[in-house]
Amino acid sequence: MTAVRTVPAVPPTAPDRASSADLVAALRARRLRRRRVVLTVLAVLVVAVFVTSLMVGRTFYPPGDVLRVVLGEDVQGATFTVGRLRLPRAVLAVLVGLCFGIGGVTFQTMLRNPLASPDIIGISTGASAAAAFAIVFLSLTGAQVSVFAIAAGLGVALVIYLLSFRRGVLGTRLILIGIGVAAMLESVTSYILTKAPRWELQEAMRWLTGSLNGSGWRDVVPVLVALAVLGPLLLAQSRNLSQLQLGDDTASALGVRVERTRLLLIVAAVVLIAFATAAAGPVAFVAFLSGPIAARIVGARGSMLVPAALVGALLVQVADLVGQYAFGARYPVGVITGALGAPYLVYLIVRTNRTGGSL
Amino acid sequence: MTQTVTSPAPGVAVVRRPARVRLLWLLVVTAVLVLLVVASLTIGSRSVAWSDIVAALGGSTDNIGQAAVAKRIPRTVLALLVGAALGLAGAVMQGVTRNPLADPGILGVNMGASLAVVVGIAWFGIWTTMAFIWTAVAGAALAAVFVYAVGSLGQGGATPLKLALAGAATSAALSSFISAVVLPRGDISANVRSWQVGGVGGAGFGLITPVLPFLLVGAVVCLLSARSLNSLALGDELAAGLGERVALARATASLGAVLLCGGATAVAGPIAFVGLVVPHVCRLLVGVDHRWLLPFSALTGAGLVTAADVVGRVVARPEEIAVGIITALVGAPFFIAIVRRQKVREL
Repeated sequence: MTAVRTVPAVPPTAPDRASSADLVAALRARRLRRRRVVLTVLAVLVVAVFVTSLMVGRTFYPPGDVLRVVLGEDVQGATFTVGRLRLPRAVLAVLVGLCFGIGGVTFQTMLRNPLASPDIIGISTGASAAAAFAIVFLSLTGAQVSVFAIAAGLGVALVIYLLSFRRGVLGTRLILIGIGVAAMLESVTSYILTKAPRWELQEAMRWLTGSLNGSGWRDVVPVLVALAVLGPLLLAQSRNLSQLQLGDDTASALGVRVERTRLLLIVAAVVLIAFATAAAGPVAFVAFLSGPIAARIVGARGSMLVPAALVGALLVQVADLVGQYAFGARYPVGVITGALGAPYLVYLIVRTNRTGGSL
Repeated sequence: MTQTVTSPAPGVAVVRRPARVRLLWLLVVTAVLVLLVVASLTIGSRSVAWSDIVAALGGSTDNIGQAAVAKRIPRTVLALLVGAALGLAGAVMQGVTRNPLADPGILGVNMGASLAVVVGIAWFGIWTTMAFIWTAVAGAALAAVFVYAVGSLGQGGATPLKLALAGAATSAALSSFISAVVLPRGDISANVRSWQVGGVGGAGFGLITPVLPFLLVGAVVCLLSARSLNSLALGDELAAGLGERVALARATASLGAVLLCGGATAVAGPIAFVGLVVPHVCRLLVGVDHRWLLPFSALTGAGLVTAADVVGRVVARPEEIAVGIITALVGAPFFIAIVRRQKVREL
């Protein structure tokens, strides 16, 4: 996700045109091979952690039992623990991670700034505040909550965009304004939570930092539908997205309908984020972290959507496992990702400042 | 870097208002403050007759109305103190960092104080107000040093964007750590939670007295450094040329600000945006001379927090909205307005 794109080094004394073309082709092939390998490894890891999270817990179930439960057989004890408790939670962890990963990297790529992720500029915070509002004040559930979250997410995105629009939208201004909006919305969430009739810390944490506790199939379905519809749509736009990264003029010269594409991308990414937030809360920093981590391991060429999505899923899964079992107390997933993500943000700032680049 | 210290509005370089204007504003602000204090004493969930209010101010708590007013007295005092401390600290921080977005809340200083207090409660079992204050001040100092160090690395020193980001990131990290400390401790979580939102309700003089020396020392240090802040506003080189010991002046003023923030956070929880909004408003009123700006910021800050407290009591009757929530709702739009006003180059 770094702004600097490394151009493959072509030897300055290329003997003739054909061999330099060969070299470029060879480098390209190597890069694609590496990318394919990394993506496969990531996907395998996601599946492996998924299976692990089904097996381990207070009681351990061997893979055979887990498989039979997933296939619908009735296994003494495991049917409830694995089928009712662990399976929806694990599925939701993967889905939410995918959504945050894709949504985050879409924003980061489009605005050409790793800091412009929805969780830093207040979009997730807005969705979360709206979801909390819908639940606490209107006693809504399920998809209705998602509708509120989406409306708020889109509204916040629009407000931030309009506020930072002044002779063009400038990255840094947008980020600072986003931080301000996020601060305001967070205090709204705090207020809503103090009005909750049955105030519970675990439930409050969901809307403040994100949590997968007590998630069931009713939480999974909306996210699954959203991802199934919007995921392919965003992937289909990945080429346009990387051309938008070159700047509006270049992109339109390359045949991208800039305004239309941008609107589509923003709406799709915000809706994904909002669905995920309505189900699990604004899991701190997953959207922010996935893109940069993916760029680090895949290499900053080509579309980042799939790598970032996989990294996001892996982050949420691992953080949830760690939060549940690594310590004496059960921590919601957002506390773990927050404790991981914020130091990374600090590191990013330190590194960028050191190298003299502008954020 | 910025010259924003000198110009809150583009093109309007208010260096110093004429003495008459400043005195006029001083009168206005004082009058408003007095009105707010009266409002804070008279307005609440329960409406109390004037005779009872007067009697309660005289120390009588014979009926329930008088008792209610008696409860409001320490609360008002605390709001005044906390507001003055935060306003003053904000003005000093903006002067020290020469950064229009500096604020104890945005820079994560209040969060540092919070984490220190929470850790103290959870792991070391501190429970006296005195221990609260010391841990809060230590936490605030650590957070301030850290954020400033991170934000001022690299070219251009502590630009608004870098400082704000470093502060936001640090706040996020610290609040995660706070959750991590509090969550497993069901016994203290409700306590910490109510303190963490930031409020002055439930204040008593037992809480206020121990923090007074801290606030007093902090305020004196800050007010005494007004002249050096004026020199610092010219830029480090020029200030050094004028005979100012730049590093020493910075450190002293920051120490004062940290004492104020730490003390205020220890008794009222982290209250954001007061330190941001107040100095900007005051600069519009009296100009950029810190000798005027600092006391004015203290007065206006006291007014703002008292007003936020009164509004919080009125809006959601019969319940209350904590001061921290009101100030964030008022302050964040202000923050956005400042960001929008800044010239692109300066961000």
